Amino acid sequence: MTDPKIQIENVSYEYEGARALRNITLDIAPQRITVFFGPAGGGKTTLLRLINRLNDLAEGTKMTGRIRLDGQDIYASSADVTTLRRKVGMVFALPLPLPGTIRENVIYGPKLAGVRAARQLDEIVERSLRQAALWDEVHERLDAPANALSGGQQQRLCIARSLALEPQVLLLDEPTSGLDPLSTNKVETALQEMKKNYTIIIIPHSVQQAARLADYAAFFLQGELIEYRAGREIFTTPRDQRTEDYVTGRFG
Amino acid sequence: MPRDLFERELEQLQNEMLTMAHAVENALTDAVAMLAQRDMEGARALIARDRAINQQRFDLEAQCLVVVATQQPMASDLRIVAAILFNVNELERIGDYAKGIAKINLRIPPEPLLQPLADLPRMAEITRAMLHSALDAFVRRDVALARAIPRQDDAVDALFEKVNQDLLQLIIADSRVTAQANLLMWAAHNLERAADRVTNLCERAIFTVTGEFVEMDADEPGQTD
Repeated sequence: MTDPKIQIENVSYEYEGARALRNITLDIAPQRITVFFGPAGGGKTTLLRLINRLNDLAEGTKMTGRIRLDGQDIYASSADVTTLRRKVGMVFALPLPLPGTIRENVIYGPKLAGVRAARQLDEIVERSLRQAALWDEVHERLDAPANALSGGQQQRLCIARSLALEPQVLLLDEPTSGLDPLSTNKVETALQEMKKNYTIIIIPHSVQQAARLADYAAFFLQGELIEYRAGREIFTTPRDQRTEDYVTGRFG
Repeated sequence: MPRDLFERELEQLQNEMLTMAHAVENALTDAVAMLAQRDMEGARALIARDRAINQQRFDLEAQCLVVVATQQPMASDLRIVAAILFNVNELERIGDYAKGIAKINLRIPPEPLLQPLADLPRMAEITRAMLHSALDAFVRRDVALARAIPRQDDAVDALFEKVNQDLLQLIIADSRVTAQANLLMWAAHNLERAADRVTNLCERAIFTVTGEFVEMDADEPGQTD
């Protein structure tokens, strides 16, 4: 990888004395989809949250190592969390639309960031909803309440809400775990389009989804990074027996 | 085990592939034996048997697709299913070579052969043994065996050369034998091609274990197609 967007260097993480991550080192390629996968408790969500500094306030934790975004240490004392989170958006498993309309959901972040011009906000709404592959379904009812949308639409709205801030990186933690196959397909298609503009890291809800999406895939087991390779390799010819056993459904 | 059902399905796929391979092995040696004995009735029956082999291939292909759709195999499981899909296609083609020899038998008028066939049955036996070992290597995931088998192809190639030379000599001596000699050359050609295809099966046996596509050098002196 010539110019990684994110560099994770020797990161370890302890939670109340237990090692949740052990010496993780990996580079994340820009404008690609990287998948973190593995059985529960492997550390993938922990690592994802560390990239967004979501664990800063968690008590009884200790992190060592370094995470760089565009070469800058995101945990440096000079680093600003708000700035980081504008660059690195996050989408969670459960779609959580804010109370209000579809439009209000999308412009919530930009308004907080000081964008006031109506025309500019309109542009943000259309661009974000288009990138999240939701525009065609909602553009005639932008003032409808967001919670009237279907689950799949709500999740794409949450993605659009993240995109409204024009992040560079998008982190998604099982974003389709509660969605039906059709909605899942729409989200996955949107992600494939989005990677042209964004660096995407996703924790998939199944090995099959991992295989469908991964340009690169990292397999985590009990806090260790077991194997990290191109997606097309790791799901057809894994090198490590533990990866093989997991992707063939023999454990986990 | 969470994958018990899948394991059983895989095993069944393999077993049915072996059943098909067994039919193909028999077809190869039977076709040549029938040619040697000028058994026209047997040749006609063998051509009919090939339809059953073709049907087995379609059935297995369909079963593989069902397994892919329902079990979504990954990694080595996926490679096994992919290899079976490939292997049944190769087996079907080898079956066609046997059928081709039966057709040659029917095209030669009811007359004695130019000389007793010794080399063609020998070629058929070696090819049959290679085929059997190749499927063994696949089922046992035995890479060393799969790598060793293609060497036996040299013996088939050497016999092929010898058959051609012998038949050429007969043609030179008496051009009236050209038609039959030419058909016998085609029979030998079919066996040589069948042995080459066994090499493809060996490549898949290796791929199934290692995930690597290796080209085994089946030196193909008689390849004209």
